[in-house]
Amino acid sequence: MKISYYPGCTLKNNAKNFEDSALYSLKHLGVEVEELPRWNCCGTVFSLATDDLIHHVAPIRNLIRVKESNSNRVMTLCAMCYNTLKRANERVKADPESLDKINQFMYREDINYEGDVKVLHLLELLRDEIKLENLAKQVVKPLKNLKVASYYGCLLIRPKEIGLDDIENPTILENIMTSLDADPVDFPYKTECCASYQTVDKPEIVADRTYQILTSAQEQGAEVVALSCPLCAFNLDHRQKETAKKYPEFKNIPILYFTQLMAIALGCPEEVLRLDLNFIDPKPILKEKGLI
Amino acid sequence: MRINISRKKIRDSFVGKVEEISGQNLLACYQCGKCSAGCPAISEMDILPNQIIRYAQLGLKDELLQSKSIWICASCFTCNARCPKGINIAEVIEAIRQILLRKREDHLKIEKLSDAEKSNVPPIAIISSLRKFTS
Repeated sequence: MKISYYPGCTLKNNAKNFEDSALYSLKHLGVEVEELPRWNCCGTVFSLATDDLIHHVAPIRNLIRVKESNSNRVMTLCAMCYNTLKRANERVKADPESLDKINQFMYREDINYEGDVKVLHLLELLRDEIKLENLAKQVVKPLKNLKVASYYGCLLIRPKEIGLDDIENPTILENIMTSLDADPVDFPYKTECCASYQTVDKPEIVADRTYQILTSAQEQGAEVVALSCPLCAFNLDHRQKETAKKYPEFKNIPILYFTQLMAIALGCPEEVLRLDLNFIDPKPILKEKGLI
Repeated sequence: MRINISRKKIRDSFVGKVEEISGQNLLACYQCGKCSAGCPAISEMDILPNQIIRYAQLGLKDELLQSKSIWICASCFTCNARCPKGINIAEVIEAIRQILLRKREDHLKIEKLSDAEKSNVPPIAIISSLRKFTS
């Protein structure tokens, strides 16, 4: 299987651990990943104003790049890219007049966009095409006795039209954790917003949210949290520093990309995992469970 | 807080502008309060999401444009997902932000952030806050 891949900005620096572990896993699962040539920023947030077309140009331009690489679908890892590309795609598919305007604006592109590219997330590829039973067969290092709370955040599941799982009770990450032989832990804050970009100038709000989300996971017995969004990862991981300052009783908990856990289970060498980019050190708990 | 309601305010072009930019029918709201019940940000807000809709219906422009809430909402879409009338509350809040931003009244002053603050956060955080908080 071959698939076009749109990385987005953060996968190339802060979230290199996400990209490297995902690419390792996909290679291991027999998927040939081809990074899009000349991809540009997706804009990170889908523009909500009805009269604002200019901010849909960036995501649509990336979909033209997909067509140019002779593909009709593109995979993302970042939840923000997934949401923005998929919503912009649905927006222009439902409104040919605005698609026409956007195409005219991009008159220097060699081809017009016709709404014929499918945007999908790695999680969907795993569930619907690779299939979790096949993933389970490839596991060489089962994540035995590791209690994992899966955190979804907002943009993988909302709004409903583009969400990849149930809007109130998604289970795809837990199902992946079960396939890797980990013990999934359910907790009520798994779809609660981490405060997102408020982290830039209001980190204290993020500290409150991180406290609520992570203590809830810990109360249910979680030893690590698995997630799939680089901004959630930053807020729940790096902002534990601010959280601990504000709430002295708070205990740190390692935050990992689900792909890092998947890569471990598939036998990935430790250096590929880039655990140095995880702020709260996950090595002690991974060593304790005999996983690294 | 005393709030004055008047026909003049209700007929102000502000109401139409919010409806147009958001694409939402404000009068569909029957004030059930589900949006505010599910909102993770209400502890930081001065006007709650259901109140924002009511204020917008009544043309309480000054109160909304000066509220803290419009800059606290991070568009997590929990309110939209739960509204029994199908109103996209996040889009209404976006419209109110846009009315200010389109007059070049930026909320985020990027130049006031230190290099350390800027370099610590991932690029998606910087880009999305600029997209949401600046014109």
